[in-house]
Amino acid sequence: MKVIGYIIQKEFKQIFRNKGMLPIIFVLPLLQLLILSNAATYEVKNILFAYIDEDRSASSRELIEKFNASEYFDVKASYVNYKQASEAMLKGEVSVLLHIPQDFERNLVRYKKTDLSITIDAIDGAAAGVESGYINQIIQGFNKKIRLELLSFSNGNSKPVRIETIPSFWYNTTLDYKTFMVPGILVLLVTMITLFLSGMNIVREKEIGTLEQINVTPIRKGEFIIGKLFPFWVIGMGLLTIGLILAKLIFNTPMLGSIGLLYFYTSFYLLVILGMGLLISNYTDTQQQAMFIAWFFVVIFILMSGLFTPIESMPKWAQWFTELNPIKYFVEVVRMVMLKGAGFTDILPQLIKTLAYAFVLNVLAVWSYKKVS
Amino acid sequence: MKEENVIISKGLTKRFGGFTAVDAITFEVKKGEIFGFLGANGAGKTTAMKMLIGISNPTGGEAMVAGFDVHTQQDAIKKNIGYMSQKFALYDDLTVAENITFYGGIYGLSRKQIREKRTKLIETLGLGEIAHQLVGSLPLGWKQKLAFSVAMLHDPQIVFLDEPTGGVDPITRRQFWEMIYKAADEDTTIFVTTHYMDEAEYCHRVSIMVAGKIEALDTPKKLKEQFEVSSMNDVFLRLARNIE
Repeated sequence: MKVIGYIIQKEFKQIFRNKGMLPIIFVLPLLQLLILSNAATYEVKNILFAYIDEDRSASSRELIEKFNASEYFDVKASYVNYKQASEAMLKGEVSVLLHIPQDFERNLVRYKKTDLSITIDAIDGAAAGVESGYINQIIQGFNKKIRLELLSFSNGNSKPVRIETIPSFWYNTTLDYKTFMVPGILVLLVTMITLFLSGMNIVREKEIGTLEQINVTPIRKGEFIIGKLFPFWVIGMGLLTIGLILAKLIFNTPMLGSIGLLYFYTSFYLLVILGMGLLISNYTDTQQQAMFIAWFFVVIFILMSGLFTPIESMPKWAQWFTELNPIKYFVEVVRMVMLKGAGFTDILPQLIKTLAYAFVLNVLAVWSYKKVS
Repeated sequence: MKEENVIISKGLTKRFGGFTAVDAITFEVKKGEIFGFLGANGAGKTTAMKMLIGISNPTGGEAMVAGFDVHTQQDAIKKNIGYMSQKFALYDDLTVAENITFYGGIYGLSRKQIREKRTKLIETLGLGEIAHQLVGSLPLGWKQKLAFSVAMLHDPQIVFLDEPTGGVDPITRRQFWEMIYKAADEDTTIFVTTHYMDEAEYCHRVSIMVAGKIEALDTPKKLKEQFEVSSMNDVFLRLARNIE
């Protein structure tokens, strides 16, 4: 045990003496949280909107005005023919095109029925879906109003009967994207920094030659590994703390569940990340190699974590694959605890999987760390 | 020097696939002896030494180091030996005192022992003024002397030195060998590899490895007589040339 103490002491001295490393540890995460939480959003806003109005009636103008009034649509231009408009869409100047045919108003009054055409640039399928939803809402609103007018025209007896659904949004009542993103970004920064630092640390000793010197000492490999990794565990917990404070102060992210539970889970989660870092450094000879491999895994894990895209919409094989993704569990737990106020039993499945993962990785890592070649 | 053997190697062998890096070497080293382990680059010295210090598993043969088996008791060997490699193995970003504390700590010395050793060592090496400077800022010669002292920190029976004086100026090399002699006088066995033939003359006995085998082993004086030459340099050239 005393030996571990000497290693930890040495590691901390080296980390805090490394002038290049300190900003990486403490400034980068801060920037990450500030920039990503504000920029990584799925809200579709400022949609480039254009129209072709062949009717030029009061009704068509009223419909266009509804789009104009919406905060989601940015009315860019009007075109006289379809060819012009489709060229504009090809160039990316327009992403939603409303085509109002001739006789729009006449048909509406005479047959109580009329046609409209909407063209959406669907290169980004997800955005196109959201845009289509907004458009439907606006047109429905328009419909409802027109119908009332038409009804009051003909006879005043029968009032329109409509069933309206009022959705109630749970856990994030204002649908604030940052509430959803901040806990996720928190996961990201704790994971990335801890993995990179621990992955490169032992390789660094290989590079400078001190690892050989260590291997000639009677130190037990378990002691050495614990001593080497413990400081990064502490840094990981420190990053979580910084992240939580920023989330509260800057984004006012709700913290419904117990912070203690979050720390409890993170303390085990970090073992997975540290085990992974150690495993990487065992199989690499330079910091460069270690960095590339760590980066490879981090990118896959982040993209498949449910942080940016929902796991439910991935193909079945990919969903199965995400079971092996530790970041997925952490994202789930952080969101559950912070936003839903989940308790210990709620996160138990994730906790058990994380523990199993940590166990397997660390056994592999310790086994593959060889003092003797 | 005593009659007791602290290193006994019998047919020690290391193969990497089809290549035999160390080919059945057999020799003994006595307690308190300064044993020179010579050979051209690639002759297998470093591989042989790695087996003796317990960081490489032998493919065949037997060896006892400080009374322990290189196959099964590597950790016991490591407790009883010191090692200093050609690559400088102290931490550049720790101070002189911190390096001593760290290595003392991982060899399991008590706090009191570490404190005493540190004070004594800094005093003997005359490093008092720079004890709290980072090792990275020291000249190479000082670093090597410090590394040797750190390798001796836990009073090992045997110290293995792998080209300890590479790139060091003649005066410092001289001082370094004085330290080696002093350690040998205190019954520490010195096992040293070098490319400097004048240093080979300082050794009690010398072995010369050629292509994985020990081709010659005796005192420098007898080797010179045997090959009828006037210096160890010529002995070395004679042997190395034979193989070409």
